[in-house]
This record gives sequence, structure tokens and C-alpha cells, in this order.
Amino acid sequence: MTLDYRELGLKVGLEVHQELATSHKLFCFCPPRLFREEPEYTFLRRLRPTQSELGEVDPAALFEFQQGKTILYEASRETDCLVEMDEEPPGPLNPEAVDICLAVALMMGSRPVDEIHVMRKTVIDGSNTTGFQRTCVIALGGEILVDGKQIGIEQICLEEDAARKTGESGALSRYRIDRLGIPLIEISTAPVIRSPEEARRVALAIGRVLRATGRVMRGLGSIRQDVNISIREGALIEIKGVQQLELVSKVVEYEVQRQRRLLEIREELHRRGVSKGDLREEFFDITEIFSETKSRVLRSSIKRGGRVYALTLPNFAGLVGREICPGRRLGTEMADRAKFWGRIRGIFHTDELPSYGITAEEVAELRRAVGAGKEDVVVIVSGEPQRCRDALKAVLERAAEAIECVPSETRGPNPDGTTHYMRPRPGAARMYPETDVVPVPITSERLERIRGFLPEMPEEKLSSLRREFNLNRKLAVQLLDSDYLDLFESICRETEVTASVVAVTLTETLKSLRREGVEIEALSEKTLREIFISLHRGLMVKESIPDVLSWLADNPEATALDAIKALGLELLSQEELWEIIRDKVMEREDLARRMGLKAIGPLMGVVMREVRGRARAGEVRSLVERALRELLGP
Amino acid sequence: MERLSGYRGELRRALEAEGIDIGDLISVTSEGFEYQGILMPRSELEDEWHLVLKLESGYNIGIAYKPDETTIKRLEEAEKPHFEPPPPPVSREGMPRVSIISTGGTIASRVDYFSGRVYPAISASDLYSVVPELSEIAVIESDILYSIFSEDLTPEKWTGMARRVAEKISEGVDGVVITHGTDTMGYSAAALSFALQDLPVPVILVGSQRSSDRPSSDAALNLIGVVTTAAEAPFAEVVIGMHMTTSDTDIAFHRGTKVRKCHTSSRWAFRSINTEPLARYSKGEVEMILTDYRRRDQDRRLVLREGFEERVAMVKFHPGFNPEIIDWLVDRGYRGIALEGTGLGHVGQSCFKSVGRAVEEGLIVTMTSQCLWGRVNMKVYRNGILLLRLGVIPMGDMLPETALVKLMWALAQTESREEIIGLLKTDIAHEFSPRTLYSQ
Repeated sequence: MTLDYRELGLKVGLEVHQELATSHKLFCFCPPRLFREEPEYTFLRRLRPTQSELGEVDPAALFEFQQGKTILYEASRETDCLVEMDEEPPGPLNPEAVDICLAVALMMGSRPVDEIHVMRKTVIDGSNTTGFQRTCVIALGGEILVDGKQIGIEQICLEEDAARKTGESGALSRYRIDRLGIPLIEISTAPVIRSPEEARRVALAIGRVLRATGRVMRGLGSIRQDVNISIREGALIEIKGVQQLELVSKVVEYEVQRQRRLLEIREELHRRGVSKGDLREEFFDITEIFSETKSRVLRSSIKRGGRVYALTLPNFAGLVGREICPGRRLGTEMADRAKFWGRIRGIFHTDELPSYGITAEEVAELRRAVGAGKEDVVVIVSGEPQRCRDALKAVLERAAEAIECVPSETRGPNPDGTTHYMRPRPGAARMYPETDVVPVPITSERLERIRGFLPEMPEEKLSSLRREFNLNRKLAVQLLDSDYLDLFESICRETEVTASVVAVTLTETLKSLRREGVEIEALSEKTLREIFISLHRGLMVKESIPDVLSWLADNPEATALDAIKALGLELLSQEELWEIIRDKVMEREDLARRMGLKAIGPLMGVVMREVRGRARAGEVRSLVERALRELLGP
Repeated sequence: MERLSGYRGELRRALEAEGIDIGDLISVTSEGFEYQGILMPRSELEDEWHLVLKLESGYNIGIAYKPDETTIKRLEEAEKPHFEPPPPPVSREGMPRVSIISTGGTIASRVDYFSGRVYPAISASDLYSVVPELSEIAVIESDILYSIFSEDLTPEKWTGMARRVAEKISEGVDGVVITHGTDTMGYSAAALSFALQDLPVPVILVGSQRSSDRPSSDAALNLIGVVTTAAEAPFAEVVIGMHMTTSDTDIAFHRGTKVRKCHTSSRWAFRSINTEPLARYSKGEVEMILTDYRRRDQDRRLVLREGFEERVAMVKFHPGFNPEIIDWLVDRGYRGIALEGTGLGHVGQSCFKSVGRAVEEGLIVTMTSQCLWGRVNMKVYRNGILLLRLGVIPMGDMLPETALVKLMWALAQTESREEIIGLLKTDIAHEFSPRTLYSQ
């Protein structure tokens, strides 16, 4: 089914975030690297919601603070200093990062500001040790051409990347601060995108311009899209942190679907005459009903001293269980809220019961206990009483919203492209100046210098790739969209390996290895380069490349030569090869005599099975021919 | 706020000509590009050729002003920011009373996201609204004594602080908290330790190393920790209460005479030298670490011994030190010199003549070590013995800053040289200890 997105009033805006490959972080001299080992040291912090002049406090943030939310930060001296720990004021804005942003701005026709002012954007989920993210506008306006359509750019910002979450248990969140402070460019488009596919193409086009600078990080997580989506009568939903490009169109598609289904549910509720006044904050302790239950969830909760509470949603029957996205129902949305505000594991509702070990008798008894009819839905939760009440209150609130509208939320992507509730959408960005960093004027001399070294735009790059390296369009496009364009060019300059072999290896081969589960992120540029140098020096054959790559991904410290040796892929000497071929040909003398020189084909197959990866096919062929001629005589 | 704060020269005149002030919504057109936003104040430390605009997105940008090319227009007049603090919590019967005296530095503040300004929160209701937990701990009485950077505080202000504390104690509070900029907090703590004798309740200095406008500030926990301790702790001494580590968990209480700011920026900058902290606050409880301390006794009468002689200098000896610096101090009528010597308490022989003359002219010359850890012992090496003979007074394991403050204080208590030296050699507020304990 294809939807008429224009008819639905779909508007999408993208914020593309890309880590920049600078020599150090944005406000300190730490290397922009992550560490894999156990943290060298940790520390505990709490972030307190600050009050604005209007006395406003972000309610979700305040709630989490009051619940005793504490953050455990993991750090290493290799990647972090006192700046990331918020124990020292930031250093000056990294000029290298500013230059990259200015280059991107000029490539997109965006107008650089005359003076950069670093701001503090309040973020108190723990992802920033300070409680704010440092960010600044570098340029305003501009556009990018995507399939013949001008897509307006609203602004280009430079900001510090956040710490990465490594876990959560109860009120304690764990964050690793290695990523904190890595420079990120943020490119925001106007909300002019009109279909899921267009969203994907715009993201791709922006990514290409960024990669064209040759100064961006590679690998999963180095580029992240925030997608803002609305449809007519729906709400503006912000989906944060979509990491794979392929997911962008899915996310838009499912979000449109979700909003449409929620609007249908609203209509159905209106038809049934349900109004907000029908929802009553009445929670029943119904633990007794489940004292002998077979439901493992309820049984273990009761055993730990928890209670079971219920809430009636009048006239909601069939709607809480109605699917709004693949595998997600209105009930899932209620569960998301209940988990956040009630810190419980999940909810049960009668639209999906009996099930999960809860019997029909228990459901009937439950309905009797709370006085619910067939047309009503009963939601139950279990755990500590206060948490149960908080959770059911959140469910009730979500039910009330279902009657009124699609709630405006910040959501996070699931791996399949559906999304989950993260928090209410914050009001206007709460920003104030970062007084520890002085404003940076951008001089016209600086802009001239950058203009002089602007990289080619992706379209120009594509044609020059095809021309210079004689690549077909498909391969050239794949290279352009890969992380390895620069590496490709330098390998082609440094070795005599055929350009298409290098290109195929760096695109298709790596992609198919990743599909097979090989951890290709472990392959460094240096390692990849070594492989082509070995090929160039005749130390291996191109057919061995996939095996060598997989081995090196498992042994990231080793060299290409180690791989060749370990896999037994060293080339045979001419004498060794000749001996093998002569033996094989002699073994099949009958065949040779019967077919004459036409036996080269089948004999090649026999020999190659024996020497694959250790000899070049051309050489094998000429030796097979020689052996045949010797055998058959003149 | 000052009109067009931070704007100067031609740009200021252009803004004035349009009747524009900070906070107005304006339009700026430059090179055919129009910006709209709210005019923000500009730091006077920056150049006079850029104006700062807050865009609708909340971001500030700087736009170059070129007299012949830039046009500026006012679109709307500023709205006055307003703030109504939430009603103060109802204080419960029988809660302890804690006085908070503010001397500068902002332990609590509010951000105006509109202008980006940070307003100090000083009144009791401000404090309650920024750190609501305080209302569960004590009834706060707050007043402003000074509003100055701590590096601008003078010894005369120490007397002012001591008097205000004495007043509050005579009104019967259960503890006193002094909010203070951190740079010279150690000096003030030492001064109050000598000036406030026979304290009946705790007097706690507190500051913050991360500004209180940020969510990660150490200020709130410091404040909660010190107010709890001022209200409940069993000790009655002058201490500094600040973060014990980089984590938001424990507050360490350091004796006012044994504490030093040892890091420029970190939360755990304050350290006890040559001793352990006196006490700690952790998970809502105060626990004593040292066992020998003056106990809280609200019936005890405070003895106020105020006054600090300002003609005293701390002089740090170093290779290449010019002894004429000492001569200069003597010639200018100084009354005391707190030497910070090397190792066990030495200065080079080149200084001996000047040091001898200083003592002959009636100055009191004391010696501490720039090592900070350990004590001076001037009887080990020949130079030490010679300095003792010249009349230099060794100060044991006292901190150089504490020795300076004590010398200032002692000189203001009496004219008698004997009595001054007697005071210097008497342990008044744990500034000395006879034993040097192992510390890492």
C-alpha cells in the first residue's frame, strides 16, 4: 500500500549529526577516541534541574532527580581529562573543527555568522557531565540539491558529542565519557521533506557532502539523524538518534502509520462517546485475586512483597490492543509511559488477556472486582504500591491523550524502525551563553583561505572518479557513500593494484563480510593499506582478500603478512607450482590424451582446487598448457 | 541593567539613534541578508564592532557592524523578565535554626534563559526555592554581609565576618554558615579560627567550584551538607565544608587552620594538610573523623578576639631571592614577616643580614616550610640554627597561610613583643600539632 503522503500533510525535517575527524576534541586536547577496556576510574554525580527566570523546570527531569537519579561516569586517562569530568573550565573552541564546518557551510551556500557564540543547552539526562551541551551556530541558510529539488538548510551548528550510555539499573545510569567532547557538526534542514524515501535521499545527500570534506569520522554511530515528523492533525514528533541511513525512511513510514492509527483510535473513542471526564483516577489493590496465580511475573512480584493494582479504562475495549505499528499497540505506548514514570517492568491489559499465565477465571474475577464490563479495558501493574500508582497514573494520562490528540513526544528508534517513548518534548530550547568560552570572530581572510581549498561536490567527485579510475557508475557511487574514498585514492596512487579491485574490496567485499558477521570496524586503515601493498608486491592473490580480511578482523593487532602466513596463502614458487601441475596432469593422462589441448579447462579446475589462493590463475593456465604440450608431444 | 550594556563607539550610537535597548526584538540587514532576533548584552571585554543577537532558536550569534552597509531597526520593545519564586515551604516546629551569611560568590543562583544572565539567589526564600531540601533540615536566616570576589577581601573584612557571626550566635542560632568565594576561603577560615574563641556552635565556610547556574554544580550538595552539619554536628569549631572527592557523595569538613585550596578548579580542591578532616557528611549523616575536638555547648560564651594587623607580608624564599625585599618591608614600617622557607625551614645565607636587621628593628619573623607537608625543624642544619639565633620563630607544622594570618592576628592583640611571641607559640585552634602523623 502506498500512501499519498502529500494528502496526509507530511512534513519532515532532518538534523544530521556527524562526528568530525579532528586531532583533538572540541574544548580540550584529548584524542577523539573511545576506549574498549574496563574504565580506569569512575565517579558519581547528580544533575539538578536548574530554574529558569520563569520558574520553569523540565517536569520529566525534575521527576527523575526527585527519584534520586544518580549517574556513574566511567573514564580513562587515555581519552578523558578534567574538562570532560566538568572539573576544569573548557579550553578554546577547536579551530580545526570550525574550519571543517565553515567548509561544509560554503559547500551548501550557507552564510557563516560573523562571530561565533558558544551556548549551553540544558540536558540533564546525564549524557553531559555539566548538565548542558555546548553548541554554537556556525552558519545560517543555504540549500542542497536532491534529485532536482532544492532542500533548504536552516542552520549549521558545531557541538560537543555526548557521553555514551553503557547501562542503567534502578536510579543509577552509567555513562562513559570518552565520546563526550568529540566535535559534531549538526545540519538542520527546513521541514520541506514530503515522503519517507525523500527523507532517506536527503540524509544520504547531506552525508555525501560531509564525507566529501574527507574530515569526518567513520563507522556506526559516527553519523546520527534526528528526524522531526508531523502530519495534518497529528503532532510534531522528534525521533532522536537514528544511526543507520536505511532506517530513516522506515522511521518516517512507521511514524506516519502510528499517527494515523492513533487518530483512528481517537475517532473510534469519539464514536463510542468516551470523554476525558469518564477516566477516573481510581486504583484498586487486587493482589488477593492473584495470590495463587500461575503468571510468573505477578507471582515473583508478590513474593517480593509487591502488590497488584488495577485501573479501568471505560469503553476502551479492543483499542488498547489495537496495533498501531508492527508489534506495537496503544498498550505498548501506555507501557512505555508506565515504565518511565512508575519505574516498573511493564503492564498487562485485558485486551491481551487471558495470556502470560493469567487465566480466564482470574480475568473474570478481576473485571468483577473493579466493576468493569466487556466494553472496558482493565490495566494491571505490580510492584511497590507507590510505583504502581505512579505507573497507573501515567497510563491514565496516556489514555486521556488518546481521546484528545497525538501527544507531542521525543521518541527513540527501535532496531526495526518503530519507535518508543523517551520523554515529553521539551519546550523552547533552554539555552544560555557559555561564558567560559570567548566568542570567535570569523574573518574574511579565514573564509577566503577555506574557499581556496574546498573539496569537490559529490556530483563532480563522482564523474572525476569514473574518469580517473575508469570505474563504472555503481562502483563509483558505492565508493562515494563509503567511508573509504580517501583511502581508495591513496592506495590507487601508491600501488599498481587495479582500481576496480581496490574499489570492490573497500565496498562490496567489506559489506558482505559485515553481513556475515565479521567485525570490520576492527580493520584499521593501516591494515587495509597493507593488504593492497602485499597484493602489489605479489605476496598474495586477490582471491585471498576476503579470507585475509576476516582473519585480520579477528586479530586486529596482526599484520597482513601474519594473515597470509597463518592462512597458508603464501604464493608457491614457480618450481613448486610446476611440480603440482605436472603431477596432476600425469594423473589424468587419459583425459589429456582424449581431449588434447581442450583438456586445459577441466585440468585448470583440478589444479586450482589444489592451489587456490597460492598461485595466480594466469600463471597456472600457462603451466597447465606447457605440461599438456610436453605430455602430448609435438 | 545598564543601558546598552557593553556596547561602545559607533555601534552604540547607531543603536541609540534607533532607540534600541537590550532585549528589544530587532532586525539587522547586512549584505542583503536579514537577521531577526533579540539584542543581547555584550561583554565589555570584546570588540565594539559586533552586535549579539539571540535568534528564535535560542542561539546567540555575533553580526559585524559596518557603518555604511548595516541597517538596524527595532521591531518590538523588550518584555520585562519576571520571576516569582515559589512560596517558601512551611517550616516545622522545633527545627534547628541556621544562619547563612553571604560574603560574595554565588552559592545559589537562577539563570535567566532570556538574557543569559545569572542572578544570585541570596534571600532565604531564594535559597529554599533553588535548594528545596534545605527546608527539611533547618530554618534558614540569611543575610548579605558583603558582595565581593574573594580575592578582593581584606583582613578588615575578616573582623566584619567575625562580628556578624558573634551577633548571630548571640541570637541563639544552632550553627552559622558563611558562603564565600573559594580563592581566599582558607585565609578567612584561619582568621575566624583565631578571632572566634570558645565557640558554642559550628561555624562553617562553604563555596562552590562549579558555578551554581549549572545542573552539575557542587553548590547544592555543599549547601545541604554544611547546613545539616551546622544544625546537627557535635563539634563547635570553624571549618570549611566542601566536596571530599569528585563525586557528589561526601562533604569533608576541614579545620580552618589546617586547610588549603590545593587545586585551581576541581570540586575536591580543599584538603586538610598534616591532619585528617575533622568530620564528614555522607548520605544525610554527619560523622566525626577526629576524636579530639571542642564539643557543641550552646551555653558556652563566645569570646570575640578580633583585629588583624595589615602591615605583615608573606615572603617566599627561592634561589636567586633578593634580600633587599626584606629590607624594603622593614623600611616601609612592616611589623611582621611570615617567611616561607625551603625544606625544614631555611633561607639562604645571603638573607641573614636582612633577617637579623628586621628582628632588631622589632619585626616578628616567623618560619614555615614551602613543602606544606611535614614540620620545620631548624636545629638540624647549620643555617637553621643560625636563623634561630637571629630570632626567627619556627611555626612547627603550621601552614604558611595560617602562620601569616596568625601573625596578623597576634600583632593586633597586644603591643608586647613577649605576649605576641607567646600567642604565636600557643596552640589556639589546632594550628599546631606536636605529632606528625603518617599521611599519603
